Amino acid sequence: MQWGSVAEFVAMGGYGLYVWISFGATALCMGGEVLAVWRRSAAVVASRNEL
Amino acid sequence: MSQPSMSEALRGVVRRDLLLAMRRRSDVAMSVFFVVIVASLFPLGVGPEQAVLRMIASGVLWVTALLACLLSLGRLFTADYLDGVLEQTLLIPQPLAVLVVGKVFAHWVISGLPVVLLSPLLGLQFGLSGDSLVVLTLSLLLGTPTLSMIGAIGAALTLGLRGSGLLVALLVLPLFIPVLIFGAGAVTNSLAGIGSEANLSLLGACFMLSLAFAPWATAVALRIALE
Amino acid sequence: MSTAGINWFKYSSPQAFHPLAGRLIPWFAAAALGLSGVGLYLGFFVAPTDATQGDAYRIIFVHVPAAWMSMFLYVIMAVWAGIGLGLNARPSFMMAQAIAPTGALFTFLALLTGSMWGKPTWGAWWVWDARLTSELILLFQYIGIILLRSSIDDLRRADRASAVLALVGVVNVPIIYFSVRWWNTLHQGASVSITAAPSMAGSMVTAMLVMTLAFWMYSFAVTLARMRCVIVERERQPSWGKQATIPDVVEAR
Repeated sequence: MQWGSVAEFVAMGGYGLYVWISFGATALCMGGEVLAVWRRSAAVVASRNEL
Repeated sequence: MSQPSMSEALRGVVRRDLLLAMRRRSDVAMSVFFVVIVASLFPLGVGPEQAVLRMIASGVLWVTALLACLLSLGRLFTADYLDGVLEQTLLIPQPLAVLVVGKVFAHWVISGLPVVLLSPLLGLQFGLSGDSLVVLTLSLLLGTPTLSMIGAIGAALTLGLRGSGLLVALLVLPLFIPVLIFGAGAVTNSLAGIGSEANLSLLGACFMLSLAFAPWATAVALRIALE
Repeated sequence: MSTAGINWFKYSSPQAFHPLAGRLIPWFAAAALGLSGVGLYLGFFVAPTDATQGDAYRIIFVHVPAAWMSMFLYVIMAVWAGIGLGLNARPSFMMAQAIAPTGALFTFLALLTGSMWGKPTWGAWWVWDARLTSELILLFQYIGIILLRSSIDDLRRADRASAVLALVGVVNVPIIYFSVRWWNTLHQGASVSITAAPSMAGSMVTAMLVMTLAFWMYSFAVTLARMRCVIVERERQPSWGKQATIPDVVEAR
């Protein structure tokens, strides 16, 4: 393990803010996209069943 | 009666559009006044210091010409589209791309050429002189028809759509950017004493490229819009 | 009965594609999750700290994959657009339609993470270097394609117009890149290039490639899922000038 402690891992050598915003935003956006497509698919199924 | 040749058709289209424009001189005047007013906004916003103005001159004047072209694109096909002439134009046996070249050329004469002719005066307003003025005029001479040709693609794609003015801008501005970079770059370089031949030849290349492909793409877009 | 392999053309009909896509999505999703896990592990726990950039460089493990995907997806979207125009094939247009939002998302992420990387390494949130600027223009082009499609009510015209735009745009991308690079070198612009990344240790390269593959799998999954939505949504509309009849709609269930 190259990280002495969890605190070191989070700090990322002082660049923690940038690193975690990047990874966080990526995860958020991709998760958000998955959610959006899932909701769209549910809406499609729902309106199909209305017929 | 023999079929008119391509060049005859081309000349016919150009003549017709120029005639129509001459009956409404305001179109020419509009482009000119727009450029003059907008170019004047920058010294008012940025301050009258000559050194600053000279530095921003190439970018400001080029962006202004670009915006003028953008705003005038609405007039390229809309009138003909609304009164049904455009549909008829599609039925003409001559290649649509050739007719598009004619329309774009006429459009440029009305909205682009006046800007080119006015540019030395505007350049003087911004403290440009001598060589830079020549380069500015030359760059706009090569650049504005290129912008018109590229813009025609956007105008054709958005024909008849609601809110097409803004949409055209969104679609076409990314395509304008290389021309802007080379054009404004030519003037900046000439101001800096570096040669502007490279940028001007790249502008020429953009012109050639757009002449080869844009009318064809515009024709395709017109057919799509009018089916 | 012919046993000469799978008849791929069967899947070019939306009715057949829909269930096939449905079966494939879970596999791609699982692959995406698995590869991300591996990639992130490699990126954070195996790849060493960089000598010059410290730990900030680790952003490349999302930045570079996102940037690559944004470009791949644009080209693939343009290819489908071209096929659609050439063969007058509706499913190709649907595929292009399904790809665009994901491509735009990756472009946005590439810009965001690039900015996050730029601040600590170059000291600026934004620089006008060739790659960042080209990426920004790419985002504009994606958005233009999506907006154009949504502005046109007639489905056939929307398909074909956005296809033309995609193709015109794909030509623009290398031109933008070279023009900005030229502009940059003349202006003696940013002297640090994003490509002058830390001379990559093997583990760094591996992690980056694994993450890229993970993003690929993700793209497949999301695009196929979106495509399924598009297929069903279109069944309900009178498509391409045809008037929908009750039997059509009932048959679609």
